[in-house]
Amino acid sequence: MKSFTVLEGLVAPMDRANVDTDMIIPKQFLKSIKRSGFGPNLFDEMRYLDEGQPGEDCSNRPLNPDFPLNQPRYHGATVLLARENFGCGSSREHAPWALEDYGFRCIIAPSFADIFYNNCFKNGILPVVLPAATVEQLFTALYAQAGYRLEIDLAAQEVRTPAGEVLGFEVDVARKQCLLKGLDDIGVTLESAAHIHKFENRWREQSPWLFNVIGKGQG
Amino acid sequence: MAGLTLYDKLWRNHLVEQREDGSALIYIDRHLIHEVTSPQAFEGLRLAGRKPWRLDANLAVPDHNVPTSREERAGGIAGIRDQVSRLQVQTLDDNCRDFDIVEIPINDVRQGIVHVVGPEQGATLPGMTIVCGDSHTSTHGALGALAHGIGTSEVEHVLATQCLIQQKMKNLLVRVDGALPAGVTAKDVALAIIGRIGTAGGTGYAIEFAGEVIRGLSMEGRMTLCNMSIEAGARMGMIAVDQTTLDYVKGRTYSPSGALWDAAQAAWADLHSDADAVFDKVVTLRGEDIVPQVTWGNSPEMVLPVDGHVPDPQGMDNATQRSAAQRAIEYMGLTPGMAITDIHLDRVFIGSCTNSRIEDLRAAAAVVRGRQVASSIKQALVVPGSGQVKAQAEAEGLHEIFLAAGMEWREPGCSMCLAMNADKLGAGEHCASTSNRNFEGRQGIGGRTHLVSPAMAAAAAIAGHFVDVRTLQESTQ
Ligand code: SF4
Repeated sequence: MKSFTVLEGLVAPMDRANVDTDMIIPKQFLKSIKRSGFGPNLFDEMRYLDEGQPGEDCSNRPLNPDFPLNQPRYHGATVLLARENFGCGSSREHAPWALEDYGFRCIIAPSFADIFYNNCFKNGILPVVLPAATVEQLFTALYAQAGYRLEIDLAAQEVRTPAGEVLGFEVDVARKQCLLKGLDDIGVTLESAAHIHKFENRWREQSPWLFNVIGKGQG
Repeated sequence: MAGLTLYDKLWRNHLVEQREDGSALIYIDRHLIHEVTSPQAFEGLRLAGRKPWRLDANLAVPDHNVPTSREERAGGIAGIRDQVSRLQVQTLDDNCRDFDIVEIPINDVRQGIVHVVGPEQGATLPGMTIVCGDSHTSTHGALGALAHGIGTSEVEHVLATQCLIQQKMKNLLVRVDGALPAGVTAKDVALAIIGRIGTAGGTGYAIEFAGEVIRGLSMEGRMTLCNMSIEAGARMGMIAVDQTTLDYVKGRTYSPSGALWDAAQAAWADLHSDADAVFDKVVTLRGEDIVPQVTWGNSPEMVLPVDGHVPDPQGMDNATQRSAAQRAIEYMGLTPGMAITDIHLDRVFIGSCTNSRIEDLRAAAAVVRGRQVASSIKQALVVPGSGQVKAQAEAEGLHEIFLAAGMEWREPGCSMCLAMNADKLGAGEHCASTSNRNFEGRQGIGGRTHLVSPAMAAAAAIAGHFVDVRTLQESTQ
């Protein structure tokens, strides 16, 4: 997983409450055998004027000109500014996969759905909760100025605005450490690699019939 | 200190690290892989630039999506008509090649349902920890192993670390004493247990099945029983190692031989619960009380003896039970008080990881021999669990018995168990099925599944409705 330390990036708006996982990535894309490549279908129903099909090349589809991500001033955004209860709905991990694949590394909102919030950390995305009034101010500033950027510093737990404001946020210590180091569950387990090797060597001596029977290591 | 249960011992033997928060790192000996739950796990490895921790711990086989008609099967992967199915099977093939994992390919004689193939090849052995991205991995507990299903993110975790993060379960002993009446099989025992403890009865527990009846079961029967642990709410079910286990395991492709066999056998001698082991819960049944079972509703716990009658929801005190029963009766198109033997069938399915082993096919063939499938039955499918089961059955001439009776003899795979391939129920159709789940729509949208043993399914095919198989068996004797 990618680590997250300090992100300085362009901000895009998702100006509605209760954006659910179906809006983030519609059902028809879940049959895929991949976890990458969902970026072109992020917010598919809002973003395009036609109905998207899995495997379709999105580059020629008619874009919804009113959708912010289709406007040049937001191209290349890595920070998404959102409203209450972002990511509600199913537990599908496809939602953070799609956001990450598109290029978002940080989502700022007054609140998030639980499972989605968790899934973000597993996929290298930092969800930042700020008070509703603060988010409102950020929306105002964002709309007022093209090329609006924010700096998010995870170690310091701060969002810094171009006007020099410093907005503190809370994050669970264990999750913060994992994200700072770029560790997912697998990464955390691999920190115990020495223990696993030690166990494995002893186990191999004790139960040699469990090893090197299947495959190329055979014999 | 009290003695240890079989589960306690298997857990202890594989404990890499106990963590302060109560979770533990458990070492995994065998990881079985199929095409539906693995693609994103491999993709995850690729994206993170990781490699499998230990190649020789893995074995892959496609089963859920493979077509079972001879004609569609003949074309291999390219011949699979459904595009999503073909892509999943192809992706498994590609991933195994890219990552150097051994795969039994679609038309290899060893191919079959992953839970039939593992024990058959000796790839799953006593004393192992065994996982697979499929909930019926509990099947392998029949060998005296710690075996359970996992999700896709855990598949990736096992591939990358050879470990899983686990919480220890509580111990549940299910003891079946006495002896089974003639014509009553492991499937009936499994359904009777679920009828007794309910589909949540095993939640939070590891089940150990014990008692004279269990000791008397063949390995095939034990696998049927452990397979359905998950329908009783338990992620894992297991049975102590005895001579039956050793006889089954010996001589298989991946089983130890020579000096290693002797060492393994010595180690496996400890794979039983100590006499003074303490279980958190004990449930006992008497074998003599168990008769052939039939499920009438949309949960495996909605089960009755074949001589029973569909319950009347009005008579139920519990409101949740009442509404569940009402809904099931409606969905299944039944009437309260109706005799189980008055349920007429449209299709019959003999197969799935629960009941597609050679003993199951023999039991079905014994009922069918010299008889004809009722004219009201649209289709009676027999789908062997693996290519080897199929070959064995053909060597014994079982396929001829099925074909002569008007049944179809298919290529190995999951088939109508979950209707991911072309084998499906139509809306409103009743099916006598030897599989393990009777949920709404499981075998096709609107389909009505009744779970039974292979002998009971065969008897229903002949009669066109449910009958106590023992009446047919008597008349042949
Ligand atoms: S036979 Fe059915 S229950 Fe068994 S693995 Fe296949 S789909 Fe799952």
